[in-house]
Parts: sequence; structure tokens; C-alpha cells
Amino acid sequence: MASPPSSSSSSASTGDEKPHVLAVDDSLLDRKLIEKLLTNSSCKVTTAENGQKALELLGLGDDGQRTFNGDASKVNLIITDYCMPGMTGYDLLKKIKESPTMKDIPVVVVSSENVPTRIKKCLDEGAQEFIMKPLQLSDVKKLRCQLTKFSNPHNGMLCMGR
Amino acid sequence: MEVGQMQSRLADYTKSLFMEGILDAQFLQLQQLQDESNPDFVVEVVSLFFDDSEKLLNDIARALDQQCVDFKKIDAHVHQLKGSSSSVGAQRVKNACVAFRNFCEEQNAEESRRCLQQVKQEYYLVKNKLETLFTLEQQIVAAGGSVPMIELSF
Repeated sequence: MASPPSSSSSSASTGDEKPHVLAVDDSLLDRKLIEKLLTNSSCKVTTAENGQKALELLGLGDDGQRTFNGDASKVNLIITDYCMPGMTGYDLLKKIKESPTMKDIPVVVVSSENVPTRIKKCLDEGAQEFIMKPLQLSDVKKLRCQLTKFSNPHNGMLCMGR
Repeated sequence: MEVGQMQSRLADYTKSLFMEGILDAQFLQLQQLQDESNPDFVVEVVSLFFDDSEKLLNDIARALDQQCVDFKKIDAHVHQLKGSSSSVGAQRVKNACVAFRNFCEEQNAEESRRCLQQVKQEYYLVKNKLETLFTLEQQIVAAGGSVPMIELSF
């Protein structure tokens, strides 16, 4: 009774095994760090150095809401730094939540500063979570697990173990 | 010196950096993220930290030298430095930045200059230590050994 070895990388239907995460941070160092945290957690990652670029990647650039088919395959999660020059993470969060096409994408805000009013502001605006920097592998694994549960209830197995 | 001895020396050296508070658990996190797909990850991230820091320290020094000191700008630079030092686990640099920001808020130029010296001192210390650490690692690898993961309980 030969059966193909079960492999989590093979997918019957859409082939969209890995969640696609958009990470926004003005610090190159932090972008590099979060990219590694995410790829080590089996996520596909796109990074952006500011809110404007992030919006463009999401197809929400200055010229309105045109669909952008570049390499912006569906984004499953957005992680953004709070403190960024120009458009802050909060401003970005607001714009995303105001967009009919993007408002359902979970947005996680990260910050190096523990400011309760800031945290409340972001959560009130619809941020899924507010996490303190530096981000830990355990934070990312938890986020990834939550993503899997929401998008594919049958893949609950991925949340077991570490 | 044979590989085993080199590995012990590296382990002792690394542990001392944690004991002295020069590095914190975040550095361990960086090491844990490194793997075969990116074997130079720690060195690359630390290099970014060095580049970032030197530029920021210069910018801060220049800003403090101005006739009219722009504390808001300095605070922004120190905030950035605090962020990157925190991201690599350079604990004493991070702590020095926290103190510095308090004086920026008070717009105290004299204390700010003192803080800058303090931050610089801590930065050059951690830079020196990390460069030594990487050299020890390279020596082990050159001798055919592998760099063991440090086990530390926090």
C-alpha cells in the first residue's frame, strides 16, 4: 500500500501554503531581523521601508485603489513598526482599515516603547495585536499559528508542538 | 591550540559578555536564527548595527556642536540607536541611550554631551568584544571545527 510521503510543502489546492507577510520598518537592521524571523517560521516575506511603499505594494498608492498584480500575491498579515518618520505605523493602520479591499488583513503593530495610550489607540483602530520590540521567534510563531487557524481550519495540526 | 580548547575559550568568552551585561538574551535570539541557509546572519546583522551606530554617533556629535542645539533631532537619533542596539542585544549601549534621552527631554546640553561620551564608550566596548568573538569563531571554523550553540539559562 504505497502512499506518497506526507509533506507539509505539497498542497492539493491553491498552493498557497505559506502565509505572505508584509513587514514595514524604517530600520534596515530591523527589516533584516524580521525577515529572518518570518522565513524561519515558514512565511513568505515582503518588506517595505515606509508606509507609503507599503500602501503601494498593497495597491493603495496615491492614485487610488487600482489592483496591483506585480508581485503582491495576497497578503495575509501586515506587521508594522509604530515609530516611522512621515507616515507612522498608526497612520498606516488607519489607511488599511479604511480600505474596503484591505481592511480585513490583520495588522500587528510593533514598538520599542511601552506607551499605554499608544497601545490603546492602535487596538481601538483595529490592530490585531501590539507587540514590544525586539520581536521574538515565539511572537512570530504565535502569529503564524493564528493565521493558519483563521485561513485554514483543517491545518490546526501546524499549531501543535513548539 | 586544538579545536576543543578553542571552543571552550569561545564559550567562556561569550558567557563573560553576558555576565558583564554587555550582551543580553536578544543576542542569543540572533544566534538561534542563524542556520545553513544564512550562515553569516549574525555577522551581517551586527555589521548593520556597527554602520548604523557610527553614523548616528557622528550625527549626534555634530548636532551637539551647533550654536543652537536641536534636541528633538538628537532625541530622534538616540531613539534610533536605542532601537538598533536593542535589536542586536547590545544591552549597555541601549541603557546608555535610555539615560541620554532623558537629558534630551530636559534640553540639557552639558549632560547630553556627557551621555554621548558614555554611549560612545559602551559602543566601542561592545564593538571590540563582538569583533573578538567573531575572530574566535573564525579560528574554530578555519581549524575544521564547528561553533557550538551557547546554553545559557536566564
